[in-house]
Amino acid sequence: MDPIILNSTLWIGGIGLVSAVALAIAEKYLSTPEDPRIGKVTELLPGANCGGCGFAGCADYARAIVTQDAECNQCAPGGAASATAIAAFLGRTVAALEKRSALVLCCGDDTEATRRADYNGINDCAAAQATAGGDKGCTYGCLGYGTCARVCPVNAISVVNGLARVDKDKCIACGKCVAACPRKIIRLVPADAGIHVLCSSKDKGPAVKKVCGTGCIGCRICTKFADGAIAMDGFLAVVDYSKPLTNEETIAKCPAHCIRKA
Amino acid sequence: MEYLLLIISAVLVNNFVLSRFLGCCPFLGVSKKLSTALGMSGAVIFVMALASAATWCLQKFLLEPLGLDKFLQTLSFILVIASLVQLIDIVMKRFAPPLHAALGIFLPLITTNCAVLGVSVLNMQEGYGFVKSVVFGTAAAVGFSLALLIFTGLREKIERADPPRCFKGVSIALVTAGLLSLAFMGFSGLVK
Repeated sequence: MDPIILNSTLWIGGIGLVSAVALAIAEKYLSTPEDPRIGKVTELLPGANCGGCGFAGCADYARAIVTQDAECNQCAPGGAASATAIAAFLGRTVAALEKRSALVLCCGDDTEATRRADYNGINDCAAAQATAGGDKGCTYGCLGYGTCARVCPVNAISVVNGLARVDKDKCIACGKCVAACPRKIIRLVPADAGIHVLCSSKDKGPAVKKVCGTGCIGCRICTKFADGAIAMDGFLAVVDYSKPLTNEETIAKCPAHCIRKA
Repeated sequence: MEYLLLIISAVLVNNFVLSRFLGCCPFLGVSKKLSTALGMSGAVIFVMALASAATWCLQKFLLEPLGLDKFLQTLSFILVIASLVQLIDIVMKRFAPPLHAALGIFLPLITTNCAVLGVSVLNMQEGYGFVKSVVFGTAAAVGFSLALLIFTGLREKIERADPPRCFKGVSIALVTAGLLSLAFMGFSGLVK
C-alpha cells in the first residue's frame, strides 16, 4: 500500500482519538453536575415534549421549574395530576391550570365559502397561503389543507369539507396548531366555554357576504345579548372568554349564523 | 499600519459574508432578532479567533512536517475545531456560566461553519504568521458580526413594513442581503 494513504489514515485517526479522549476526560472531571431534582421532575412530567408550556420540551421545562422557579402547572397534557405531583415533590403550592382547547375561528366550509382559484400545489396551508395569498375567497378563513392537523401530536384535528375542526376531548392545548396556522385563526380557549364567534374576517359586511355565507358582517346585534362578553374589533365580533357567555339568544339572533356552540 | 490595513480589509473590503459569501447560513438563519444576532456575533468572534490559533499550530507543527498539509487540511481542521469548541463549551459551562448562557447555544451551531473553516484555510493560503492569523480571524469575525447586525436591524424594520405579497418573508430578506452586498462593494479599492 502507498505509505501516504496509511500515513494520513493513521494521523487523522490519531488526531480524532486524542480529541475524543480529551473530551471524555473533560466531560468526566470538568462537566457541571446537574441538580438531581431536575431528573425527578422530568419523570413526573408526561414526556410528550409538546412545548405547550412555552419551554423546549419536558426536560427544559423541568429545569425551569427547579432552577428558575417557573410555575409547575403549565403542562397541559399532564394536567392537574402532574402539577400536584411536582408541587408535592418540591414542597410548593400550586393552582390548577385552567383546561383549554384549541378552536378554529372559522365556520366557512366549502359549501358556505367561495374559492377564488383552483389550487393544485403542495397540500399545505402555508404553501397555499404563499401562492398569491391562498385560493379561498376570504383572506382570513381556514384554507383547509390540514397543516394544523399534521402538527397535532394527538390527532385531534380533522379537516371536513375544507374546514379544520378540533376535537375538544382529544385536544391537549399544546398550541402547536396555533403556531402552525399561516392565517393565525386558531386560538386557545377555555374548554368549558360553550358559545363562540366562528369567524376571523375583519372585512366590512358586504365584502364578507360576497365570499362567505357564514361570515361575521359586523352588525353588532350579538353585543346586545352577550352582557359584555362579545366586543367589536372593527367589523368583527370577538368573544372575551374572561366573561361568562351563556345567553343562547346570541346564537339565534346572529343573522350570519357564525355564532355557534362548539 | 500593516495590521490596520489587514483589519480594514477583513472587516469592510473583503467582508466575509457580503463579498466572500462565507457563513451565509447563520447570516440568514439568526438575523430575525437583534438579541440572538448579538449572541451569535459573540460566539463567531470567539470561535474564529480560537480556530485561527488552533489550526495555525496544527498546520505548522503537525501537517507540514509530515507532508500531509496538501490534502488533509480540510478534514483535520474540521476535526480539531469541532472538538476544541466542544471542550471550551464544557469548560465554559463549569467556570463561566454567564458567558455560557450568552454564547452557549450558538457554539455547537457554528463549529463546522464554512466561515470558520474558510478563515483557517485563508490563513494558510496567505501564509500568515501566528499573530497575523489570529488578528485576521478576529477581524473577519468582526466583519461577519457587522454584516449580521446591520442585516438584522434591516430585517426587524422590514418585518413591520408591507412589501408586495409575493415578496414577504425570505424573498425580501434575500433581496435586502443582495442590496447590502452591493453597498459593501463600495468599499472595494479602499485597500488592496
